[in-house]
Amino acid sequence: MESRNVQLAVGAFVIIGFIALVFLALQAANMGGATAGETYKLYAKFDNIGGLKERSPVKVGGVVVGRVSKITLSGEYYEPLVEMEISKKYDEFPNTSSVSVLTSGLLGEQYLGLNPGFVDDTVEMLDEGDRIQDTKSALVLEDLIGQFLFSQGSD
Amino acid sequence: MLDHVASLGRYVLNSVAGTGASLMMLMRALLGKPNLRKSLPLLMQQMYSVGVLSLLIIVISGLFIGMVLGLQGYTILVDFGAEQSLGPMVALSLLRELGPVVTALLFAGRAGSSLTAEIGLMKATEQLSSLEMMAVDPMRRVISPRFWAGFYSMPLLALIFSAVGIYGGYLIGVRWLGVDEGAFWSVMQSNVDWSEDILNGIIKSVVFAFVVTWIALHKGYSCTPTSVGISRATTSTVVTASLAVLGLDFVLTALMFG
Repeated sequence: MESRNVQLAVGAFVIIGFIALVFLALQAANMGGATAGETYKLYAKFDNIGGLKERSPVKVGGVVVGRVSKITLSGEYYEPLVEMEISKKYDEFPNTSSVSVLTSGLLGEQYLGLNPGFVDDTVEMLDEGDRIQDTKSALVLEDLIGQFLFSQGSD
Repeated sequence: MLDHVASLGRYVLNSVAGTGASLMMLMRALLGKPNLRKSLPLLMQQMYSVGVLSLLIIVISGLFIGMVLGLQGYTILVDFGAEQSLGPMVALSLLRELGPVVTALLFAGRAGSSLTAEIGLMKATEQLSSLEMMAVDPMRRVISPRFWAGFYSMPLLALIFSAVGIYGGYLIGVRWLGVDEGAFWSVMQSNVDWSEDILNGIIKSVVFAFVVTWIALHKGYSCTPTSVGISRATTSTVVTASLAVLGLDFVLTALMFG
C-alpha cells in the first residue's frame, strides 16, 4: 500500500509538471472574464494598424467594451481588416461611429478607440457583422517626420 | 618556497583525482545494464523523496517571487505608462532566469543536501560495503536511481515554478493593481517565444539538474565516513552546487541569448 501511495504521488507530480508546461505553452488558456458573455462582431478596414494585435482592447472613452478577435488582409489592395468582438451590453452604437488606432501612453500598447457618432432619424445602429466606415489609422512616426520635413521644405 | 609549490601541486592533483573519481562514479552509475522491473520501484521511491517532497517549497517560493516581480515591475513600469508590459516582464524573467536558477538553488538546498547526507551516512555505517558483500552493485542500487530521480524531477519543478510565478504576477498585476487582463496576456503571448524562451529555460534546468544531482551524489559517496566528514560534505554540496549553477547560468545565458 505504501508503494502505491508513493506511485500515486509521483504520478500526480509528473502530471502537474506537464500541466505547468501546457500552461506555459498556451500562456493564456485561462483567459475569460475580459469579454465574457455574449458578444457581436464588427469589422473595420484600416490603411495601417500599427502595433495592434489580436486580443487588444476596444475602448470607448477609456472603458473596455470588447476585444480585437482577428486581423486579416482583405480586398484588392490588401488592406488590414480588423474583426472585433463587442459585448452585447453595448449594442447601441450608430453607424456614424468611428474607430481609430490609439496608443496608451508614450510606450504603451496600441488599442482601438471607438467614438460613438451622432444619431438622427436616418442613422441605423451597428449590428452583427456590420462594418464601421469611418476609421483612422495608426500614426507612424516615420510618416509624421516625413510630412513635417516636407512641410518645412515647402515654406 | 618549494613547500608552497608542492602544496599547489597536491591541491591540483587532488582536485583532478576528485573530478576523475566523480566522473567514474557517474559512468558506472549510468552505464550499468538497466533492469526496468527492479529499478522502476527504486526510481519511484526516489522521485517521491526528491521531487514530490520538494513541491511545496517550489510552489510557495514561485508564487511569492512572481508576486514580488509583479509588484516591483508595476511600480517601475507605471512611471512610463507601460504597465501593460508587466506580463512579458514577469514571464520572461521567470522563464529565462529565475525559474531554472532559483529552482536549482532551492533543489540543492532541499534535496541535494539530503542526498549527500543519506549516502554519506550509508557509507559511514558501512551499508554500501555490505551491499557489495552481497554482490549488489551500490552504484546501480543506490546511486543510479537517485541520479535519475533528480535529473527528471528538477525540470518539472522548474516548469511548475515558472507557471506558478506567472500566476503570482497575474494575481498582483491584474487582480490587485488593475493592469488590463487582456493586455497582460496578449502582450505576454506576443513577446514570449516557445523555442527561444520556454525551451531554452528547460534546457537550462536539465543542465542544472545534471550538475546539482551529480555534485550531491559525488560529495556523499566520497565523503570522509565520520560525523564531521558528513556535515562537511553536506555543506560543500550546497556551496559547490550553488556556485556551479550560477556560473553555468552565465555561460548558458551568454550562449543562448548573447
